[in-house]
Amino acid sequence: MSDVKKIATRESYGNALAELGKEHEDVVVLDADLAAATKTGVFKKAFPERHIDCGIAESNMMGVAAGIATTGKVPFASSFAMFAAGRAFEQVRNSIGYPHLNVKIGATHAGISVGEDGATHQCNEDIALMRTIPGMVVINPSDDVEAKAAVKAAYEHVGPVYLRFGRLAVPVINENEDYKFELGKAITLREGTDVTIIASGLPVSESLAAAEKLAAEGISAEVINMHTIKPLDEEAVIRAAGKTGKIVTVEEHSVIGGLGSAVCDVVAQKAPAKVLKIGVNDVFGESGPAVQLIKKYGLDSESIYEKVKEFVK
Amino acid sequence: MNKLELMKTANEIRKGIVTAVHSAKSGHPGGSLSAADIYTYLFFEEMNVDPADPKKADRDRFVLSKGHTAPGYYSTLAHRGFFPTEDLTTLRKVGSYLQGHPDMKHIPGVDMSSGSLGQGISAAVGMAISAKLSGDSYRVYTLLGDGEIQEGQVWEASMLAAHRKLDNLVVIVDNNNLQIDGPITEVNSPYPIDEKFKAFNFHVININGNDFDEIAAAFKEARETKGQPTAIIAKTIKGKDVSFMENQASWHGNAPNDEQYAAAMADLEKVGEALCQM
Repeated sequence: MSDVKKIATRESYGNALAELGKEHEDVVVLDADLAAATKTGVFKKAFPERHIDCGIAESNMMGVAAGIATTGKVPFASSFAMFAAGRAFEQVRNSIGYPHLNVKIGATHAGISVGEDGATHQCNEDIALMRTIPGMVVINPSDDVEAKAAVKAAYEHVGPVYLRFGRLAVPVINENEDYKFELGKAITLREGTDVTIIASGLPVSESLAAAEKLAAEGISAEVINMHTIKPLDEEAVIRAAGKTGKIVTVEEHSVIGGLGSAVCDVVAQKAPAKVLKIGVNDVFGESGPAVQLIKKYGLDSESIYEKVKEFVK
Repeated sequence: MNKLELMKTANEIRKGIVTAVHSAKSGHPGGSLSAADIYTYLFFEEMNVDPADPKKADRDRFVLSKGHTAPGYYSTLAHRGFFPTEDLTTLRKVGSYLQGHPDMKHIPGVDMSSGSLGQGISAAVGMAISAKLSGDSYRVYTLLGDGEIQEGQVWEASMLAAHRKLDNLVVIVDNNNLQIDGPITEVNSPYPIDEKFKAFNFHVININGNDFDEIAAAFKEARETKGQPTAIIAKTIKGKDVSFMENQASWHGNAPNDEQYAAAMADLEKVGEALCQM
């Protein structure tokens, strides 16, 4: 696996913004003193006049983005997930969500793969927070190809969008001619009949590797990439419930309120099936190299493999 | 409009405020009445707005950061012709477009939804930045409460406004000295307000916010100020022109009952009659 191309989706975010800025003059990018980390610095270099650094004041940045959106431009407000969705939650809800303004929130450094900075900066709650806001679209791309497509789709969608990116370089898994990003439309990456793994973001590639290991033991695992958490592709969930009757959700997020919960909402109401939720189990993270944390918190392919194997027994 | 006409208009707007809050049986009359003269001057003199085309691109923008004084905003918009004054009595009622706090999606003339304190000023800063980016000449006005400036976000927004030299932005503080829990000096004093904005690199003007000569002069001075945003600290009387509401924190968020409503309207009629004698 050492020859696999790896790119952090925050890099994809910066590169996609620079591309978007070339095509569309109405794109404005805001940051809160993290342009080097969120990678909006790439956009800043290309279009310095359209890059607004608000300094370390995320709450204000969300309001400023809202104000810019009322004038017809398309602002991308960027920060770490912890501050974009956490600190500025109420500003996002009241100044962006309630008036349904055309603001895109680019949240990088989501989840425990932030690594060494530790629990204060590892946001495992952002999907839960953002998906409760009426009209908010929530996208959690799995790799470079998908992240760039998601930024473009977010621009084309009229209304607020929350985009979730990671700090850690992750394998590029969607680089093929058939790849097509459609908002709210899940992608089946691997067919299977015994169990369905529905993953989102960083754990998608880990889930594919887990499915490979399961196959070696005669367990046929379907893998679905749920890049859009809201609106959720309910049909895909219902199909999976009918087909395999066993669903495992995998996310780099708390098991409370994220992808797993969204899937359970559908399963409980429309298509009863057994569900196993894999994610951060209602605990705070800690400092350490990202790859080691992913393993410790059970989101690596080996851990997913073990849990799925136990689940289908 | 001359000064007398402005005063008469403000008097009508105050009647609309009291009528709307009485009908709703809830709402915020105190801070609506204190700011009525500022609202009147903004929408009848200062701002480039057109009730027949509320979303015209070159309009000046207004953000009511102290969103709870929506009755003052709505009464002003109605009297300016954005919607019928009769609709003011639907304030806060189920199904009405006149929500308890400003809702840009449904109310003609409202440029930004607001109500959670400290947030409106940020949106106003965003509008002013946007105008600078595209070379538009519209100006942006935002009205804050003196209690509201206890919110930290106000100062985040102010820092950025001055940093970006937003001379197309005017921040008005309705300094009526009272908040829900009592005098601002007793709750958590924001004084000296003018010195704080000066320290944040604003051009600061102190005025009597219930005097049209001073209001007019301040907005003129703001227009002439280049390279920095302006803050107008408007000293006002909370509950202005309703005798029993004046300077009473208890009328921050209370509606008058029928008897009190009659007394309030009688007070305002008296003010109106006096203006007719001038």
